[in-house]
Amino acid sequence: MKSVPISLTVNGEVVEALVPPRQHLADFLRETLGLTGTHIGCEQGVCGACSVRLNGEVVRGCLVLAVQADGSRVDTIEGVSDAGELTHLQRAFENRNALQCGYCTPGMLLTAAELLKLNSRPSREEIREFISGNYCRCTGYHAIVDAIEAAAQASGGDVS
Amino acid sequence: MSDVTSPGLTVLDRPNSYIGRSIPRPNLQRLTEGRGQFVSDLNLPRMVHVAFVRSPYAHARILGIDTSAAKAAPGVVAVVTGKELAEVMTPWVGVLSHLKGLKSAPQHAIAVDRACWQGEAVAAVVARTRAEAEDAAELVAVEYEELEPIVDPEAALAPGAKVIHPELGDNLAFERVLDAGEVDKAFAEADEVVDVTFEFGRHTGVTLEPRAIVADWNPSEQRMTVYQGTQAPHMMQNIIAKHLGLQESQVRVICKDVGGSFGIKVHVYADEMAAVALSKMLKRPVKFVADRLESFVTDIHARDHKIKAKVAVKKDGTITAFEIDDITGIGPYSMYPRTSGIEANQVVNLVGGPYKTPNYRARARVVFQNKNVMCQYRGVGHPIACAVTEGLVDLAAQAIGMDPFEIRRRNVIPDDAYPCSSASGLKFEALSHQASLDKLYEMTNYEALRQEQAELRKRGIYRGIGLAAFIEVTNPSAAFYGVGGARISSQDGAAVRLDAQGSLICHVSVTEQGQGTEAVIAQVLATSFGVPIDRVRVITGDTDATPYGGGTWASRAAGIGGEAALQAGKALRENVLKVAGTILQAQPQSLDIRDGIIVDADTGRERISLDEVARIAYFRPDTLPHDFQPELMVVRHYVPKKYPFAFTNGINACWLEVDVETGFIKLLKYWIVEDCGTIINPQLVDEQIRGGVVQGLGPALTEHCVYDDRGRLLNGSMMSYLVPMAGEMPDIEVGHVVSPTAESELGAKGAGEAGTAGAAAAVVNAVNDALSPFGVRITKIPIAPEVVLRALGRI
Repeated sequence: MKSVPISLTVNGEVVEALVPPRQHLADFLRETLGLTGTHIGCEQGVCGACSVRLNGEVVRGCLVLAVQADGSRVDTIEGVSDAGELTHLQRAFENRNALQCGYCTPGMLLTAAELLKLNSRPSREEIREFISGNYCRCTGYHAIVDAIEAAAQASGGDVS
Repeated sequence: MSDVTSPGLTVLDRPNSYIGRSIPRPNLQRLTEGRGQFVSDLNLPRMVHVAFVRSPYAHARILGIDTSAAKAAPGVVAVVTGKELAEVMTPWVGVLSHLKGLKSAPQHAIAVDRACWQGEAVAAVVARTRAEAEDAAELVAVEYEELEPIVDPEAALAPGAKVIHPELGDNLAFERVLDAGEVDKAFAEADEVVDVTFEFGRHTGVTLEPRAIVADWNPSEQRMTVYQGTQAPHMMQNIIAKHLGLQESQVRVICKDVGGSFGIKVHVYADEMAAVALSKMLKRPVKFVADRLESFVTDIHARDHKIKAKVAVKKDGTITAFEIDDITGIGPYSMYPRTSGIEANQVVNLVGGPYKTPNYRARARVVFQNKNVMCQYRGVGHPIACAVTEGLVDLAAQAIGMDPFEIRRRNVIPDDAYPCSSASGLKFEALSHQASLDKLYEMTNYEALRQEQAELRKRGIYRGIGLAAFIEVTNPSAAFYGVGGARISSQDGAAVRLDAQGSLICHVSVTEQGQGTEAVIAQVLATSFGVPIDRVRVITGDTDATPYGGGTWASRAAGIGGEAALQAGKALRENVLKVAGTILQAQPQSLDIRDGIIVDADTGRERISLDEVARIAYFRPDTLPHDFQPELMVVRHYVPKKYPFAFTNGINACWLEVDVETGFIKLLKYWIVEDCGTIINPQLVDEQIRGGVVQGLGPALTEHCVYDDRGRLLNGSMMSYLVPMAGEMPDIEVGHVVSPTAESELGAKGAGEAGTAGAAAAVVNAVNDALSPFGVRITKIPIAPEVVLRALGRI
């Protein structure tokens, strides 16, 4: 199948590429751009490991085709880390050992940041509910809930 | 300040000790920032990708394979059948000599003339991209003759059953029987005897990063470099060399970040071996990353047991006998090289383990069937043995009208009885069942829970509390695999050197799977040598660089690797003090290293910095005496010898609510008390336990590999195989009792599997406690809503 030209902004940089129409965004980010911080776990939108931001909202990179991202702004864990947007959450995860193998972590952090943007002081139940679309097989979630709670408290409600 | 050389003080008491402190892991920031190096991320020059054509049948003869259309497809580099690959790689047989009678058939990297489970690879397609390889795989035309699948283990043993591997004579892979004490007498003299059948569904690991391997054969160097997400690099080095006809020195296995292991990534998988063989054949790097469907049909499955069990109890609560008869299906081959006999063997070993009950009879039968392979997954036999034992204990309590805490108090091995042995012959050095029970009783506020339960019951709300005591095998000696002929090391080593600025670099043979090995090794080393922890760098996962060792499995990395690091740190400290003593013209024994500085041992007065010692040793050795050679690198190894295993113990409590209208179970709270000896890093221990608990809760409630009667997996996706989600899991409170092992100076036992051991048992007991007003009992997992409703007679 013929490749299609797309143009998008990834982590603030303009990217132009020819992509196969069937290639999903996560594969494009990983294979074409080398942004391997976006992980692939199930490729059917269940596990959340491939979470990225598309025009500011967290989406599943495996459920968006690269061609659909044409003209969009995409931010990955690498970009938001370098921009310092997630620092408080990242330090909270590290201090609380809220990750073990780290494979789910980029997606989990992006989801956690979105939660704190919508609700600066979520309860434990609200945290658990919101991150239920991001699977973690290592921690059993308790430490992740603690870390998000701690990050919310440390930011005093200001999570921008 | 204490003098470390004083009698009575151990290395753990050193000034500025990091032992017992929750130091954050040094490698976390790269993972939180998306800069990890997982095998699935790896891209090498000239690398190609393999996809496999897999059997849609559980059992089928391969009559012919037409590869012509696939070979002509875009991007295809090669299409290889099992017969062709067998010319490069020899088959293997998964047996161990100490599991007497265990048999299996030769297994090839790709099936040669017969597929024995749905998902077994029958051809490989190698192409420029994985997508092109998958496209071409669809063009491979395989002609099959479907054979009768053997699915049910009991039917597989019935007279006249078809035999999967006719040359083996029958479908019984392994059988073990044990008869200790006077079982028949105990049952005859019991006040109550309860018998019951337990069923345990198949489940699997679902590592979030699927299995991944990049094999790179360099024909110019005649060297195979394998990048693999594995728990046992040296084991893989040996096996890859053996089956390619190479020397181990020709094979290098590198393991960087691994996206979840849990025992899934400690085995030899046919498709990964095929990728290695294909690299040799094609003389270029070959990458294989399982997709999620492939993971479900080829990652080892776990459990799959049906156990008839019986308990004898006296009116005073004394449990006088246990008896079990276990049958388990392991798929068509015993896994290589750890075998699929270990789990059932563990079940026999572990049933009744926490208790002083002397009379115990067991039989376990391990049976071939045409389903995916079954082998060791986190907990190995423990969740089965624990659910059976603890289920029987609760049944015994119910039969005589005794509280579940009380019957356990009366039957656990007393804390002052050690050392001692179990009825099955396990040797226990020092356990703490009584102290753990007491601690759990306090943590749960047990009496208040019972009151709450009674109040809620009046309002039609059914809550239950379930207890589960357990023992866990950790720190295995050579008794686990080595004595059975497997080349799997039980010893591990740490090589430590002082760098030229006074920091330490440690290569250690235990591996990092995310559990925090690098952190605990650094903590131990920083303590025993005497530097701030940020001056220790730990390197794992490279067979060219680290000492020889076993890796990470059976809860062994901290206890065994940690002791090697401790001894290496001590030895290097002695060597450094010799250099310092020479420079300072002081007796080495009068000096110590504290916080990275050489000090007078008795006063703590600073004498010389470590980087100055290193500078002199490395760059101005001409200023040292001619007959003195500084040795600023040491290697130490460790293996437990006195006890085959360092047993740990603990006890779980689960508090949950059963909706008797819908059958749904809501986990409300979970507590666990655990004793893993010396705790190097409390936070890491707690998180191992919490993660382990949830890996036990999943199979208790939702995780299940569902097969039809033709041996086809019906739910090979994360949509239909239900992994626990955050919203379904409870907070988990962890408590500790500390009984160090005296075998090592460090005193640490393992903690990696403790949480998994008893979680299912606690859930089952809690559900039955909740449903006790209805007089029903559930003895199968997972406890899906349907199971509850059927038990209640509502459907």
